Amino acid sequence: MKGGARAVEAWTLEPLTTFVHEAGVRLVLLMTPAGQVLAQSGFARAVDVMSAAALGAAIFASTTEMARQLGEPPFAGLAHQGEKHGVFLALVTTARGPVVVLAVYDLAATSLGLVQLFFEQLATDLRGASPKGSEQKQVLAADFERELTDSLNSLFGR
Amino acid sequence: MSAHGYEAALHGITGVRGVRGAMVVTGADGLVVAESLMEGIKGTAVAALAASLATRLGRAMEAGGVGSDVFWHLQAERGALLVVPARSGMLIVAVADPGVNAGLVRLELLRAAESVA
Repeated sequence: MKGGARAVEAWTLEPLTTFVHEAGVRLVLLMTPAGQVLAQSGFARAVDVMSAAALGAAIFASTTEMARQLGEPPFAGLAHQGEKHGVFLALVTTARGPVVVLAVYDLAATSLGLVQLFFEQLATDLRGASPKGSEQKQVLAADFERELTDSLNSLFGR
Repeated sequence: MSAHGYEAALHGITGVRGVRGAMVVTGADGLVVAESLMEGIKGTAVAALAASLATRLGRAMEAGGVGSDVFWHLQAERGALLVVPARSGMLIVAVADPGVNAGLVRLELLRAAESVA
Protein backbone atom coordinates (compact mmCIF):
# COMPACT_ATOMS: atom_id res chain seq x y z
CA MET A 1 0.00 0.00 0.00
CA LYS A 2 1.68 3.18 -1.12
CA GLY A 3 0.48 6.47 -2.52
CA GLY A 4 0.33 10.24 -1.95
CA ALA A 5 -2.18 12.24 0.07
CA ARG A 6 -5.64 12.75 -1.49
CA ALA A 7 -8.65 14.49 0.02
CA VAL A 8 -12.39 14.54 -0.46
CA GLU A 9 -12.52 17.67 1.71
CA ALA A 10 -9.79 19.95 0.34
CA TRP A 11 -9.21 21.82 3.65
CA THR A 12 -7.82 18.63 5.22
CA LEU A 13 -5.07 18.15 2.62
CA GLU A 14 -2.39 20.56 3.83
CA PRO A 15 -2.61 19.59 7.53
CA LEU A 16 -2.55 15.92 6.49
CA THR A 17 0.46 16.34 4.20
CA THR A 18 2.39 18.17 6.94
CA PHE A 19 1.54 15.47 9.49
CA VAL A 20 2.67 12.66 7.18
CA HIS A 21 5.94 14.46 6.47
CA GLU A 22 6.71 15.45 10.09
CA ALA A 23 5.58 12.32 11.93
CA GLY A 24 6.93 9.89 9.34
CA VAL A 25 3.74 7.84 9.35
CA ARG A 26 3.04 5.28 6.65
CA LEU A 27 -0.75 5.38 6.29
CA VAL A 28 -3.25 7.97 7.47
CA LEU A 29 -7.00 8.17 7.18
CA LEU A 30 -9.10 11.16 8.18
CA MET A 31 -12.76 10.26 8.55
CA THR A 32 -15.96 11.02 10.39
CA PRO A 33 -16.82 8.84 13.41
CA ALA A 34 -19.30 7.08 11.09
CA GLY A 35 -16.46 6.00 8.78
CA GLN A 36 -17.03 8.54 5.98
CA VAL A 37 -13.56 9.21 4.52
CA LEU A 38 -12.37 12.83 4.30
CA ALA A 39 -8.77 12.24 3.22
CA GLN A 40 -6.12 9.56 3.02
CA SER A 41 -2.40 9.21 2.61
CA GLY A 42 -0.36 6.17 1.69
CA PHE A 43 -3.18 3.92 0.51
CA ALA A 44 -2.99 2.62 -3.05
CA ARG A 45 -6.24 0.67 -3.24
CA ALA A 46 -9.82 1.78 -2.59
CA VAL A 47 -10.60 -1.53 -0.91
CA ASP A 48 -7.91 -0.89 1.71
CA VAL A 49 -9.37 2.55 2.46
CA MET A 50 -12.85 1.07 2.82
CA SER A 51 -11.59 -1.67 5.18
CA ALA A 52 -9.51 0.71 7.28
CA ALA A 53 -12.37 3.23 7.54
CA ALA A 54 -14.85 0.56 8.59
CA LEU A 55 -12.47 -0.95 11.16
CA GLY A 56 -11.38 2.45 12.47
CA ALA A 57 -14.98 3.58 12.90
CA ALA A 58 -15.81 0.31 14.68
CA ILE A 59 -12.85 0.65 17.07
CA PHE A 60 -13.77 4.25 17.73
CA ALA A 61 -17.40 3.32 18.44
CA SER A 62 -16.31 0.49 20.78
CA THR A 63 -13.91 2.64 22.81
CA THR A 64 -16.43 5.50 22.98
CA GLU A 65 -18.99 3.08 24.41
CA MET A 66 -16.42 1.72 26.89
CA ALA A 67 -15.69 5.27 28.01
CA ARG A 68 -19.41 5.97 28.32
CA GLN A 69 -19.88 2.91 30.53
CA LEU A 70 -17.00 4.14 32.71
CA GLY A 71 -18.72 7.52 32.94
CA GLU A 72 -15.88 9.18 31.02
CA PRO A 73 -15.86 11.41 27.95
CA PRO A 74 -14.63 9.60 24.79
CA PHE A 75 -10.95 8.61 24.96
CA ALA A 76 -8.63 11.22 23.45
CA GLY A 77 -6.42 8.66 21.77
CA LEU A 78 -5.80 4.96 21.36
CA ALA A 79 -2.45 3.37 20.57
CA HIS A 80 -1.74 -0.20 19.58
CA GLN A 81 1.78 -1.45 19.07
CA GLY A 82 2.65 -4.53 17.07
CA GLU A 83 6.04 -6.06 16.29
CA LYS A 84 6.86 -3.84 13.32
CA HIS A 85 4.00 -1.38 13.12
CA GLY A 86 1.93 0.77 15.44
CA VAL A 87 -1.61 2.09 15.07
CA PHE A 88 -2.75 5.40 16.53
CA LEU A 89 -6.41 6.44 16.55
CA ALA A 90 -7.60 9.78 17.89
CA LEU A 91 -10.39 12.33 17.60
CA VAL A 92 -10.15 16.00 16.63
CA THR A 93 -13.11 18.33 17.12
CA THR A 94 -13.34 20.88 14.30
CA ALA A 95 -15.91 23.46 13.19
CA ARG A 96 -16.86 20.99 10.43
CA GLY A 97 -17.56 18.29 13.04
CA PRO A 98 -15.51 15.55 14.70
CA VAL A 99 -12.69 14.04 12.64
CA VAL A 100 -11.21 10.65 13.48
CA VAL A 101 -7.53 10.25 12.62
CA LEU A 102 -6.21 6.75 12.00
CA ALA A 103 -2.44 6.52 11.54
CA VAL A 104 -0.27 3.48 10.92
CA TYR A 105 3.44 3.89 11.47
CA ASP A 106 6.54 1.81 11.00
CA LEU A 107 8.37 1.31 14.33
CA ALA A 108 11.74 1.43 12.57
CA ALA A 109 10.95 4.85 11.07
CA THR A 110 9.17 6.72 13.86
CA SER A 111 7.75 6.28 17.37
CA LEU A 112 4.50 6.66 19.25
CA GLY A 113 5.92 9.73 21.00
CA LEU A 114 6.61 11.46 17.69
CA VAL A 115 3.22 10.49 16.25
CA GLN A 116 1.48 11.86 19.35
CA LEU A 117 3.61 15.01 19.25
CA PHE A 118 2.81 15.80 15.62
CA PHE A 119 -0.81 14.73 16.08
CA GLU A 120 -1.18 17.73 18.41
CA GLN A 121 0.00 19.94 15.54
CA LEU A 122 -2.35 18.17 13.11
CA ALA A 123 -5.28 18.81 15.47
CA THR A 124 -4.39 22.53 15.65
CA ASP A 125 -3.98 22.74 11.86
CA LEU A 126 -7.27 20.95 11.18
CA ARG A 127 -9.13 23.24 13.60
CA GLY A 128 -7.57 26.25 11.91
CA ALA A 129 -8.34 25.06 8.38
CA SER A 130 -11.88 23.75 8.91
CA PRO A 131 -14.59 25.88 7.26
CA LYS A 132 -16.50 27.71 9.99
CA GLY A 133 -20.25 27.27 10.45
CA SER A 134 -20.54 24.27 8.19
CA GLU A 135 -21.21 21.15 10.25
CA GLN A 136 -20.64 17.91 8.32
CA LYS A 137 -23.90 16.61 6.89
CA GLN A 138 -24.95 13.11 7.84
CA VAL A 139 -24.93 10.60 5.01
CA LEU A 140 -28.36 9.05 4.58
CA ALA A 141 -28.55 5.33 3.86
CA ALA A 142 -30.12 6.06 0.45
CA ASP A 143 -27.15 8.25 -0.52
CA PHE A 144 -24.51 6.04 1.02
CA GLU A 145 -23.38 4.13 -2.07
CA ARG A 146 -23.22 7.26 -4.24
CA GLU A 147 -21.34 9.17 -1.49
CA LEU A 148 -18.91 6.27 -1.08
CA THR A 149 -18.27 6.02 -4.82
CA ASP A 150 -17.77 9.80 -5.08
CA SER A 151 -15.35 9.74 -2.13
CA LEU A 152 -13.31 6.88 -3.54
CA ASN A 153 -13.20 8.58 -6.94
CA SER A 154 -11.84 11.71 -5.29
CA LEU A 155 -9.32 9.76 -3.24
CA PHE A 156 -7.99 7.72 -6.13
CA GLY A 157 -8.48 10.21 -8.95
CA ARG A 158 -10.89 8.12 -11.04
CA MET B 1 10.29 -0.05 39.93
CA SER B 2 7.34 2.09 41.04
CA ALA B 3 6.39 5.46 39.53
CA HIS B 4 7.69 7.05 42.72
CA GLY B 5 11.02 5.26 42.22
CA TYR B 6 11.43 6.76 38.75
CA GLU B 7 10.67 10.23 40.08
CA ALA B 8 13.13 9.75 42.96
CA ALA B 9 15.84 8.83 40.43
CA LEU B 10 15.55 12.34 38.97
CA HIS B 11 16.12 14.23 42.24
CA GLY B 12 19.91 14.09 42.04
CA ILE B 13 19.87 15.51 38.50
CA THR B 14 17.50 18.40 39.18
CA GLY B 15 19.58 19.27 42.26
CA VAL B 16 22.52 20.32 40.05
CA ARG B 17 22.70 24.10 39.59
CA GLY B 18 21.68 25.08 36.04
CA VAL B 19 19.53 22.01 35.36
CA ARG B 20 16.05 23.08 34.19
CA GLY B 21 14.54 19.64 34.24
CA ALA B 22 15.04 15.91 33.98
CA MET B 23 13.02 13.06 32.56
CA VAL B 24 12.91 9.30 32.28
CA VAL B 25 11.81 8.46 28.72
CA THR B 26 11.09 5.15 26.98
CA GLY B 27 13.77 4.86 24.32
CA ALA B 28 11.69 2.96 21.79
CA ASP B 29 8.46 4.97 22.06
CA GLY B 30 9.66 8.41 23.14
CA LEU B 31 7.06 8.58 25.90
CA VAL B 32 7.57 10.25 29.28
CA VAL B 33 7.79 7.83 32.23
CA ALA B 34 8.66 10.42 34.86
CA GLU B 35 9.52 14.08 34.70
CA SER B 36 10.60 16.96 36.86
CA LEU B 37 10.64 20.04 34.65
CA MET B 38 10.57 23.79 35.07
CA GLU B 39 7.51 25.54 33.68
CA GLY B 40 7.72 26.25 29.96
CA ILE B 41 9.54 23.06 28.98
CA LYS B 42 7.32 20.81 26.90
CA GLY B 43 8.20 17.38 28.26
CA THR B 44 6.34 15.33 25.64
CA ALA B 45 8.10 17.12 22.79
CA VAL B 46 11.57 16.80 24.36
CA ALA B 47 10.93 13.12 25.11
CA ALA B 48 9.72 12.24 21.61
CA LEU B 49 12.50 14.12 19.83
CA ALA B 50 15.28 12.97 22.18
CA ALA B 51 14.23 9.33 21.75
CA SER B 52 14.12 9.74 17.98
CA LEU B 53 17.60 11.26 18.03
CA ALA B 54 18.87 8.50 20.33
CA THR B 55 17.60 5.85 17.91
CA ARG B 56 19.34 7.51 14.97
CA LEU B 57 22.55 8.09 16.90
CA GLY B 58 22.52 4.46 17.97
CA ARG B 59 22.26 3.36 14.34
CA ALA B 60 25.08 5.69 13.31
CA MET B 61 27.32 4.37 16.08
CA GLU B 62 26.50 0.79 15.20
CA ALA B 63 27.28 1.49 11.55
CA GLY B 64 30.54 3.14 12.58
CA GLY B 65 31.48 0.10 14.65
CA VAL B 66 32.07 2.16 17.80
CA GLY B 67 29.63 0.32 20.08
CA SER B 68 26.56 1.68 21.81
CA ASP B 69 26.24 5.24 23.13
CA VAL B 70 26.79 5.82 26.85
CA PHE B 71 26.36 9.59 27.06
CA TRP B 72 25.62 12.44 24.72
CA HIS B 73 25.63 16.17 25.24
CA LEU B 74 24.09 18.58 22.75
CA GLN B 75 25.19 22.12 23.35
CA ALA B 76 22.89 24.82 21.96
CA GLU B 77 22.94 28.61 22.05
CA ARG B 78 20.50 28.92 24.95
CA GLY B 79 20.84 25.57 26.65
CA ALA B 80 21.97 21.99 26.54
CA LEU B 81 20.48 18.54 26.33
CA LEU B 82 22.31 15.72 28.13
CA VAL B 83 21.27 12.10 27.79
CA VAL B 84 22.35 8.76 29.23
CA PRO B 85 20.70 5.53 28.04
CA ALA B 86 19.91 2.99 30.78
CA ARG B 87 20.37 -0.75 30.25
CA SER B 88 16.59 -1.22 30.34
CA GLY B 89 16.17 0.86 27.19
CA MET B 90 15.03 3.94 29.10
CA LEU B 91 16.71 7.27 28.48
CA ILE B 92 17.61 9.66 31.27
CA VAL B 93 17.36 13.17 29.87
CA ALA B 94 18.43 16.49 31.37
CA VAL B 95 17.63 19.95 30.00
CA ALA B 96 20.12 22.52 31.29
CA ASP B 97 21.47 26.06 30.99
CA PRO B 98 24.40 26.51 28.58
CA GLY B 99 26.92 27.00 31.38
CA VAL B 100 25.93 23.96 33.45
CA ASN B 101 28.58 21.73 34.97
CA ALA B 102 28.26 18.95 32.39
CA GLY B 103 30.53 16.58 34.31
CA LEU B 104 28.34 16.75 37.39
CA VAL B 105 25.15 16.34 35.37
CA ARG B 106 26.68 13.33 33.58
CA LEU B 107 27.51 11.75 36.95
CA GLU B 108 23.94 12.21 38.19
CA LEU B 109 22.51 10.93 34.89
CA LEU B 110 24.66 7.79 35.17
CA ARG B 111 23.50 7.27 38.78
CA ALA B 112 19.87 7.65 37.73
CA ALA B 113 20.42 5.27 34.77
CA GLU B 114 21.86 2.70 37.17
CA SER B 115 18.90 2.99 39.50
CA VAL B 116 16.27 2.57 36.74
CA ALA B 117 18.17 -0.23 34.96
